[in-house]
Amino acid sequence: MSALTDLTLSEMQHGLKEGAFSSRDLVQATLDRIAELEPTLHAFLHIAAPSALRQADLADEARDAPKDSRPLLGIPMAIKDVLTVEGLPCTCGSKILEGFVPPYTATSVQRLVDAGIVIVGKTNTDEFAMGSSTENSAYGVTHNPWDLERVPGGSSGGSAAAVAARCVPAALGTDTGGSVRQPASLCGVTGLKTTYGRVSRYGLVAFGSSLDTVGALGRTAEDVAAVFSVMAGADPHDATSADVGVPAVDLAQAPARTPLRGMRIGVPKEYFVQGIQPEVETAVRAAVEVLRGLGAQVRDVSLPHTEFALPVYYIIAPAEASANLARYDGIRYGPREAAKDMWGVFYRTRGRRFGPEVARRIMIGTYALSAGYYDAYYGQAQRVRTLIRRDFEAVFQDVDLIAAPTTPGTAFKIGAHEDDPLAMYLEDVFTLPANLAGLPGISFNVGFDKDDLPIGLQLIGPPFREDVLLRTAHAYQQATDWHLRAPEL
Amino acid sequence: MPLTIDEVEHIAQLARLELGPDQVARYREQLSHILDYIAKLRELDTTDVPPTAGGGLVRMALRADRSEFGLPTEALLKNAPEAQDDQFKIPPVFE
Repeated sequence: MSALTDLTLSEMQHGLKEGAFSSRDLVQATLDRIAELEPTLHAFLHIAAPSALRQADLADEARDAPKDSRPLLGIPMAIKDVLTVEGLPCTCGSKILEGFVPPYTATSVQRLVDAGIVIVGKTNTDEFAMGSSTENSAYGVTHNPWDLERVPGGSSGGSAAAVAARCVPAALGTDTGGSVRQPASLCGVTGLKTTYGRVSRYGLVAFGSSLDTVGALGRTAEDVAAVFSVMAGADPHDATSADVGVPAVDLAQAPARTPLRGMRIGVPKEYFVQGIQPEVETAVRAAVEVLRGLGAQVRDVSLPHTEFALPVYYIIAPAEASANLARYDGIRYGPREAAKDMWGVFYRTRGRRFGPEVARRIMIGTYALSAGYYDAYYGQAQRVRTLIRRDFEAVFQDVDLIAAPTTPGTAFKIGAHEDDPLAMYLEDVFTLPANLAGLPGISFNVGFDKDDLPIGLQLIGPPFREDVLLRTAHAYQQATDWHLRAPEL
Repeated sequence: MPLTIDEVEHIAQLARLELGPDQVARYREQLSHILDYIAKLRELDTTDVPPTAGGGLVRMALRADRSEFGLPTEALLKNAPEAQDDQFKIPPVFE
């Protein structure tokens, strides 16, 4: 018999229902797996073993009671350390929040808790979700389960590595510029970036407020759909959450031979240009052919302003970050660096406790918003953002979704971009446009390169059509078995 | 065009970041490099293009207009480096 941790979330749901094992068994197996792998992976910043076992026992008791219909009862999950969970530390991968224990739980997490999940820990992230490798975490890098010398991607790299290594069946991540999809691609798992406003951000530590979204990672689209359905929907605590109905995403029905018949898929030519690893292009084009074989109509489309997404993002995200991170001042939470007066506390606490990437972005944002430069940088970026959105609006007149690579290349070596921030930014060149346009996206594994590193296909959909993305990814996974491969650890 | 040392120091001051001379020199180089790259946006004529502000929402979620209890003072002060009499305590503002 295979280990309990090898099961997918839906297999776990089934086994719990049938009484094949208890939540206690499942959570204990999860904690054992984490303890075994943490020395090599470092996917977690905090492991909540005592509370997880307590919750597992409560779930087992509740299951015995009649009529408990909570869909995720007793399922272990991990949460990215930028989302608050009452009573568990939340550092955001930063020394400026060292020791911070939030007094409330994020709505996205609370909905999952209400649906029965057991939180086993908080996962590693680039500091304040700024990065594409977890190398910017103040608490050390996470290693890619497929090759321990390589990064897992980021910023939700801890969540992606934990799912890929079968520590947990699913985990929450966040995506501001690609931070769910890029690590999902580099770790060979399924990662959903939700539409801007689809999932409440109450309790998500703010980075770029016009871009931040909460997403989910799992091994299959079916598992990600189960998590998504629970956490989506308007929240009175977040005025930027959208009051739009959440369609049921039921993927359990019997697979049809041509499940994608009638679906129109656009392949943007701007995503197959300079710098793309040839094996990535080959695998992505082959995956598109699989979708065609499942009944989809495939056509070429154009998103002409794609090349401007990166510069737009690296004005807007730092500008918003510089405002959002002004709150870390050593006064209300987090540690304080001693100084003779209040001003000294501000300068010293921030100067010493923000890492270099966060400091860089705060400074870029401060510069872009400062007197004399506002219109040339921020104003222009907001206008070009409109052009990028219009590109997508025009294409979605003709197609139901867009298919493209998630990243230009597979997982890179730890330290490869150490002294070149701009090279790191280029990792996100294919994921940033969906954030700028507020669109949902999904990445899932469609093959491996010659070094056995996973390659991701990205699907981008119109606003609030996560159901189409999940249904398409599911159809692909029913027809192929890339998503079933596990790294040797 | 590269930033000057004075400009980097001014930005750091606006951002309330204490930086050493080595850091100023390093950030000067890195920030100049990044700013050169993002200057690419000036290639585009956006005269008649309206800005996109916010994330482009359909409709915002508003809660009912009634008072609610928030978190208790004690919970909010628990993470403060220094607190006294139900308030955050700060070092002197003036000598």
